[in-house]
Amino acid sequence: MGLTYQSSGKGALREDYLNYNVKGDYVIALAGNPNTGKSTVFNALTGLKQHTGNWPGKTVVQALGNYKHGQKQITLVDLPGTYSLLANSPEEQVARDFICFAEPDATVVVVDATCLERNLNLVLQVLEITHKTIVCLNLMDEARRKKIRIDVPALANQLGVPVIPTAARNGEGLTLLKDTINSVAADKTELTPMRLIYDASLEVAIRELAEELDPLLPPQINRRWIALRLIDGDYTVIDGIRKFLEKKMVKEVFAS
Amino acid sequence: MNTMIGNDTLVSLGVGQRGVVTALATEGIGRRRMLDLGFIPGTIVESVRRSPAGDPTAYFIRGVMIALRSEESSKIFVNPV
Repeated sequence: MGLTYQSSGKGALREDYLNYNVKGDYVIALAGNPNTGKSTVFNALTGLKQHTGNWPGKTVVQALGNYKHGQKQITLVDLPGTYSLLANSPEEQVARDFICFAEPDATVVVVDATCLERNLNLVLQVLEITHKTIVCLNLMDEARRKKIRIDVPALANQLGVPVIPTAARNGEGLTLLKDTINSVAADKTELTPMRLIYDASLEVAIRELAEELDPLLPPQINRRWIALRLIDGDYTVIDGIRKFLEKKMVKEVFAS
Repeated sequence: MNTMIGNDTLVSLGVGQRGVVTALATEGIGRRRMLDLGFIPGTIVESVRRSPAGDPTAYFIRGVMIALRSEESSKIFVNPV
Protein backbone atom coordinates (compact mmCIF):
# COMPACT_ATOMS: atom_id res chain seq x y z
CA MET A 1 0.00 0.00 0.00
CA GLY A 2 1.29 3.40 -0.90
CA LEU A 3 1.27 6.45 1.22
CA THR A 4 -2.09 8.04 1.55
CA TYR A 5 -2.60 11.58 2.66
CA GLN A 6 -5.57 10.78 4.79
CA SER A 7 -3.90 8.19 6.92
CA SER A 8 -2.53 10.66 9.44
CA GLY A 9 -4.87 12.62 11.60
CA LYS A 10 -5.62 16.23 10.94
CA GLY A 11 -4.86 17.12 14.53
CA ALA A 12 -1.33 15.82 14.21
CA LEU A 13 -0.57 18.13 11.34
CA ARG A 14 -1.99 21.13 13.05
CA GLU A 15 0.30 20.58 15.97
CA ASP A 16 3.23 21.03 13.64
CA TYR A 17 1.90 24.38 12.57
CA LEU A 18 0.99 25.37 16.08
CA ASN A 19 3.83 23.73 17.99
CA TYR A 20 1.12 23.02 20.44
CA ASN A 21 -0.95 20.07 21.45
CA VAL A 22 -4.51 20.75 20.34
CA LYS A 23 -7.06 19.07 22.56
CA GLY A 24 -10.13 21.16 21.82
CA ASP A 25 -12.99 20.54 19.43
CA TYR A 26 -12.25 23.27 16.91
CA VAL A 27 -9.25 25.25 15.70
CA ILE A 28 -10.21 28.71 14.48
CA ALA A 29 -7.85 31.07 12.64
CA LEU A 30 -8.13 34.81 13.14
CA ALA A 31 -6.91 36.87 10.18
CA GLY A 32 -7.21 40.53 9.26
CA ASN A 33 -5.54 43.69 8.05
CA PRO A 34 -3.29 45.51 10.51
CA ASN A 35 -5.20 47.92 12.78
CA THR A 36 -8.60 46.30 12.57
CA GLY A 37 -8.73 45.41 16.26
CA LYS A 38 -7.87 41.80 15.55
CA SER A 39 -5.98 41.34 18.80
CA THR A 40 -8.84 43.03 20.67
CA VAL A 41 -11.23 40.46 19.20
CA PHE A 42 -8.78 37.73 20.19
CA ASN A 43 -8.60 38.99 23.77
CA ALA A 44 -12.35 39.51 24.00
CA LEU A 45 -13.02 35.93 22.88
CA THR A 46 -10.34 34.21 24.91
CA GLY A 47 -10.25 36.48 27.95
CA LEU A 48 -6.49 36.69 27.56
CA LYS A 49 -4.59 39.90 27.88
CA GLN A 50 -2.34 39.65 24.92
CA HIS A 51 -0.75 43.02 24.41
CA THR A 52 -2.54 45.13 21.85
CA GLY A 53 -0.66 48.00 20.36
CA ASN A 54 -0.39 49.96 17.21
CA TRP A 55 2.77 49.24 15.35
CA PRO A 56 3.55 47.19 12.31
CA GLY A 57 4.31 43.54 12.76
CA LYS A 58 3.07 43.40 16.34
CA THR A 59 1.80 39.86 15.92
CA VAL A 60 4.57 38.13 14.02
CA VAL A 61 4.39 34.84 15.82
CA GLN A 62 0.89 33.54 16.11
CA ALA A 63 -0.68 33.68 19.54
CA LEU A 64 -2.97 30.96 20.83
CA GLY A 65 -5.90 31.13 23.18
CA ASN A 66 -8.76 28.93 24.30
CA TYR A 67 -12.36 29.47 25.17
CA LYS A 68 -15.46 27.42 25.64
CA HIS A 69 -18.76 28.12 23.96
CA GLY A 70 -21.83 25.94 23.50
CA GLN A 71 -20.14 22.84 24.99
CA LYS A 72 -17.25 23.18 22.55
CA GLN A 73 -13.63 23.84 23.41
CA ILE A 74 -12.16 26.22 20.88
CA THR A 75 -8.53 27.02 20.13
CA LEU A 76 -8.15 30.44 18.58
CA VAL A 77 -5.02 31.24 16.55
CA ASP A 78 -4.20 34.92 16.14
CA LEU A 79 -2.42 35.26 12.80
CA PRO A 80 -0.23 38.26 11.92
CA GLY A 81 -2.08 41.27 10.53
CA THR A 82 -1.63 41.46 6.75
CA TYR A 83 -3.10 43.34 3.81
CA SER A 84 -2.68 40.31 1.63
CA LEU A 85 -1.99 36.58 1.67
CA LEU A 86 0.14 36.59 -1.42
CA ALA A 87 3.39 36.17 0.48
CA ASN A 88 5.21 39.45 0.15
CA SER A 89 6.55 39.03 3.67
CA PRO A 90 7.17 36.34 6.31
CA GLU A 91 4.01 37.46 8.15
CA GLU A 92 1.89 36.90 5.07
CA GLN A 93 3.44 33.53 4.50
CA VAL A 94 2.71 32.46 8.09
CA ALA A 95 -0.91 33.54 7.76
CA ARG A 96 -1.35 31.96 4.34
CA ASP A 97 0.30 28.64 5.18
CA PHE A 98 -1.81 28.32 8.29
CA ILE A 99 -5.10 28.98 6.50
CA CYS A 100 -4.19 26.77 3.56
CA PHE A 101 -2.35 23.86 5.14
CA ALA A 102 -3.29 23.65 8.82
CA GLU A 103 -6.97 23.26 7.96
CA PRO A 104 -8.61 25.42 10.58
CA ASP A 105 -12.28 24.52 11.18
CA ALA A 106 -13.11 28.11 10.32
CA THR A 107 -11.23 31.30 9.50
CA VAL A 108 -12.49 34.58 10.93
CA VAL A 109 -11.40 37.65 8.95
CA VAL A 110 -11.57 40.76 11.10
CA VAL A 111 -12.30 43.84 8.99
CA ASP A 112 -12.43 47.54 9.80
CA ALA A 113 -16.00 48.80 9.29
CA THR A 114 -14.69 52.36 8.85
CA CYS A 115 -12.72 51.47 5.72
CA LEU A 116 -14.43 48.37 4.52
CA GLU A 117 -13.46 48.49 0.86
CA ARG A 118 -9.75 48.26 1.58
CA ASN A 119 -10.31 45.28 3.87
CA LEU A 120 -12.34 43.28 1.37
CA ASN A 121 -9.18 42.51 -0.61
CA LEU A 122 -8.04 40.17 2.16
CA VAL A 123 -11.55 38.72 2.57
CA LEU A 124 -11.60 37.73 -1.10
CA GLN A 125 -8.12 36.22 -0.83
CA VAL A 126 -9.19 34.13 2.15
CA LEU A 127 -12.36 33.06 0.33
CA GLU A 128 -10.20 31.85 -2.55
CA ILE A 129 -8.41 29.50 -0.14
CA THR A 130 -11.20 28.34 2.13
CA HIS A 131 -14.97 28.40 2.12
CA LYS A 132 -15.24 28.14 5.87
CA THR A 133 -14.89 31.86 6.41
CA ILE A 134 -16.64 34.33 8.70
CA VAL A 135 -16.30 38.08 8.32
CA CYS A 136 -16.11 39.93 11.64
CA LEU A 137 -17.11 43.51 10.85
CA ASN A 138 -15.29 45.16 13.72
CA LEU A 139 -15.06 48.77 14.93
CA MET A 140 -18.80 49.20 14.36
CA ASP A 141 -18.90 51.76 17.19
CA GLU A 142 -16.39 53.91 15.34
CA ALA A 143 -18.26 53.47 12.05
CA ARG A 144 -21.48 54.69 13.72
CA ARG A 145 -19.62 57.68 15.10
CA LYS A 146 -18.42 58.47 11.60
CA LYS A 147 -22.00 58.04 10.33
CA ILE A 148 -21.00 55.13 8.13
CA ARG A 149 -23.93 52.82 7.48
CA ILE A 150 -23.28 49.30 6.27
CA ASP A 151 -25.92 47.04 4.75
CA VAL A 152 -24.76 43.89 6.55
CA PRO A 153 -27.28 41.43 5.00
CA ALA A 154 -26.40 42.68 1.50
CA LEU A 155 -22.67 42.25 2.22
CA ALA A 156 -23.20 38.74 3.61
CA ASN A 157 -25.34 37.90 0.63
CA GLN A 158 -22.75 39.06 -1.86
CA LEU A 159 -19.81 37.41 -0.11
CA GLY A 160 -21.82 34.24 0.53
CA VAL A 161 -20.47 33.84 4.06
CA PRO A 162 -21.67 35.14 7.47
CA VAL A 163 -20.88 38.78 8.29
CA ILE A 164 -21.05 39.60 12.01
CA PRO A 165 -20.95 43.25 13.11
CA THR A 166 -18.95 43.71 16.32
CA ALA A 167 -17.38 46.33 18.55
CA ALA A 168 -14.96 44.03 20.33
CA ARG A 169 -13.79 46.57 22.89
CA ASN A 170 -17.37 46.90 24.23
CA GLY A 171 -18.16 43.22 23.81
CA GLU A 172 -20.80 44.03 21.20
CA GLY A 173 -21.67 41.18 18.83
CA LEU A 174 -19.32 38.65 20.40
CA THR A 175 -21.99 36.12 21.39
CA LEU A 176 -23.30 36.05 17.85
CA LEU A 177 -19.73 35.74 16.57
CA LYS A 178 -19.10 32.74 18.86
CA ASP A 179 -22.39 31.12 17.81
CA THR A 180 -21.49 31.61 14.16
CA ILE A 181 -17.98 30.19 14.64
CA ASN A 182 -19.46 27.03 16.17
CA SER A 183 -22.02 26.74 13.42
CA VAL A 184 -19.52 27.15 10.56
CA ALA A 185 -16.99 24.83 12.22
CA ALA A 186 -19.71 22.17 12.57
CA ASP A 187 -20.72 22.62 8.90
CA LYS A 188 -24.15 23.82 9.99
CA THR A 189 -24.08 27.08 8.08
CA GLU A 190 -24.76 27.16 4.38
CA LEU A 191 -21.84 28.80 2.62
CA THR A 192 -21.89 30.02 -0.98
CA PRO A 193 -18.63 31.96 -1.12
CA MET A 194 -18.21 34.49 -3.88
CA ARG A 195 -15.91 33.15 -6.52
CA LEU A 196 -13.61 35.33 -8.54
CA ILE A 197 -13.72 34.49 -12.22
CA TYR A 198 -10.67 35.47 -14.24
CA ASP A 199 -10.23 36.03 -17.98
CA ALA A 200 -11.27 33.07 -20.13
CA SER A 201 -7.69 32.20 -21.13
CA LEU A 202 -6.59 32.26 -17.50
CA GLU A 203 -9.56 30.13 -16.45
CA VAL A 204 -8.52 27.51 -19.03
CA ALA A 205 -4.96 27.52 -17.68
CA ILE A 206 -6.22 27.27 -14.09
CA ARG A 207 -8.41 24.30 -14.98
CA GLU A 208 -5.63 22.47 -16.82
CA LEU A 209 -3.10 23.06 -14.07
CA ALA A 210 -5.58 22.13 -11.34
CA GLU A 211 -6.22 18.82 -13.12
CA GLU A 212 -2.48 18.10 -13.22
CA LEU A 213 -2.18 18.99 -9.56
CA ASP A 214 -5.13 16.89 -8.51
CA PRO A 215 -3.36 13.52 -8.00
CA LEU A 216 -0.37 15.24 -6.36
CA LEU A 217 -2.14 17.04 -3.55
CA PRO A 218 -3.98 15.89 -0.47
CA PRO A 219 -7.76 16.10 -0.92
CA GLN A 220 -8.38 19.05 1.37
CA ILE A 221 -5.98 21.42 -0.40
CA ASN A 222 -7.66 23.84 -2.77
CA ARG A 223 -6.30 23.02 -6.24
CA ARG A 224 -7.69 26.08 -7.92
CA TRP A 225 -5.91 28.32 -5.47
CA ILE A 226 -2.57 26.50 -5.75
CA ALA A 227 -2.88 26.66 -9.57
CA LEU A 228 -3.50 30.40 -9.36
CA ARG A 229 -0.46 30.94 -7.19
CA LEU A 230 1.73 28.94 -9.54
CA ILE A 231 0.47 30.86 -12.58
CA ASP A 232 1.30 34.04 -10.69
CA GLY A 233 4.89 32.76 -10.37
CA ASP A 234 4.64 32.54 -6.57
CA TYR A 235 7.33 30.06 -5.61
CA THR A 236 6.75 30.44 -1.89
CA VAL A 237 3.64 28.33 -2.28
CA ILE A 238 5.84 25.47 -3.49
CA ASP A 239 7.84 25.74 -0.26
CA GLY A 240 4.54 25.65 1.61
CA ILE A 241 3.42 22.49 -0.20
CA ARG A 242 6.81 20.84 0.25
CA LYS A 243 6.80 21.54 3.98
CA PHE A 244 3.26 20.26 4.21
CA LEU A 245 4.00 17.05 2.32
CA GLU A 246 7.22 16.37 4.28
CA LYS A 247 5.32 16.63 7.53
CA LYS A 248 2.65 14.29 6.23
CA MET A 249 5.22 11.74 5.02
CA VAL A 250 7.19 11.76 8.24
CA LYS A 251 4.01 11.17 10.19
CA GLU A 252 2.98 8.33 7.92
CA VAL A 253 6.35 6.59 8.02
CA PHE A 254 6.36 6.70 11.81
CA ALA A 255 2.75 5.67 12.03
CA SER A 256 3.19 2.56 9.85
CA MET B 1 -9.54 51.14 -18.28
CA ASN B 2 -10.30 53.34 -21.22
CA THR B 3 -8.33 56.19 -19.67
CA MET B 4 -5.26 57.24 -21.61
CA ILE B 5 -1.99 56.60 -19.85
CA GLY B 6 -0.01 59.83 -19.75
CA ASN B 7 3.44 60.62 -18.43
CA ASP B 8 2.32 61.82 -15.00
CA THR B 9 3.14 59.70 -11.99
CA LEU B 10 2.23 60.17 -8.33
CA VAL B 11 5.47 62.12 -7.92
CA SER B 12 4.18 64.86 -10.20
CA LEU B 13 1.07 65.44 -8.07
CA GLY B 14 1.46 68.57 -5.97
CA VAL B 15 0.28 68.59 -2.36
CA GLY B 16 -3.52 68.82 -2.33
CA GLN B 17 -3.76 67.56 -5.91
CA ARG B 18 -5.68 64.44 -6.84
CA GLY B 19 -5.17 61.92 -9.60
CA VAL B 20 -6.71 58.73 -10.97
CA VAL B 21 -4.40 55.73 -11.16
CA THR B 22 -4.02 54.59 -14.79
CA ALA B 23 -1.19 52.04 -14.70
CA LEU B 24 1.56 50.49 -12.58
CA ALA B 25 5.04 50.22 -14.07
CA THR B 26 6.10 47.41 -11.73
CA GLU B 27 5.97 43.67 -11.94
CA GLY B 28 5.83 40.69 -9.66
CA ILE B 29 5.79 41.17 -5.90
CA GLY B 30 6.25 44.93 -6.10
CA ARG B 31 3.17 45.21 -8.28
CA ARG B 32 1.18 42.89 -6.03
CA ARG B 33 2.12 44.99 -3.03
CA MET B 34 0.88 48.19 -4.69
CA LEU B 35 -2.38 46.47 -5.66
CA ASP B 36 -2.83 45.18 -2.10
CA LEU B 37 -2.34 48.71 -0.79
CA GLY B 38 -5.16 49.81 -3.09
CA PHE B 39 -3.30 51.37 -6.04
CA ILE B 40 -5.60 49.85 -8.63
CA PRO B 41 -6.32 51.55 -11.99
CA GLY B 42 -9.35 53.80 -11.54
CA THR B 43 -8.56 54.64 -7.89
CA ILE B 44 -8.45 58.29 -6.84
CA VAL B 45 -5.32 59.23 -4.88
CA GLU B 46 -4.67 62.53 -3.15
CA SER B 47 -1.21 63.82 -2.35
CA VAL B 48 -1.56 65.02 1.25
CA ARG B 49 1.79 65.96 2.65
CA ARG B 50 5.42 65.92 1.65
CA SER B 51 8.18 65.33 4.19
CA PRO B 52 10.62 68.21 4.69
CA ALA B 53 13.29 66.34 2.74
CA GLY B 54 10.84 65.97 -0.17
CA ASP B 55 10.58 62.21 0.22
CA PRO B 56 8.54 60.23 1.25
CA THR B 57 5.12 61.70 0.47
CA ALA B 58 1.85 60.83 2.23
CA TYR B 59 -1.08 59.90 0.00
CA PHE B 60 -4.72 59.48 0.92
CA ILE B 61 -6.10 56.40 -0.76
CA ARG B 62 -9.26 54.36 -0.15
CA GLY B 63 -9.81 55.67 3.35
CA VAL B 64 -6.27 55.62 4.73
CA MET B 65 -3.04 57.56 4.51
CA ILE B 66 -0.05 55.78 3.03
CA ALA B 67 3.50 57.12 2.72
CA LEU B 68 5.52 56.17 -0.35
CA ARG B 69 9.05 56.92 -1.40
CA SER B 70 9.56 58.27 -4.91
CA GLU B 71 11.14 54.91 -5.71
CA GLU B 72 7.62 53.44 -5.59
CA SER B 73 5.47 56.47 -6.41
CA SER B 74 7.39 57.14 -9.64
CA LYS B 75 6.08 53.83 -10.94
CA ILE B 76 2.42 54.65 -10.38
CA PHE B 77 0.92 56.50 -13.34
CA VAL B 78 -1.96 58.89 -12.74
CA ASN B 79 -4.11 61.37 -14.62
CA PRO B 80 -4.55 64.51 -12.51
CA VAL B 81 -8.21 65.36 -11.78
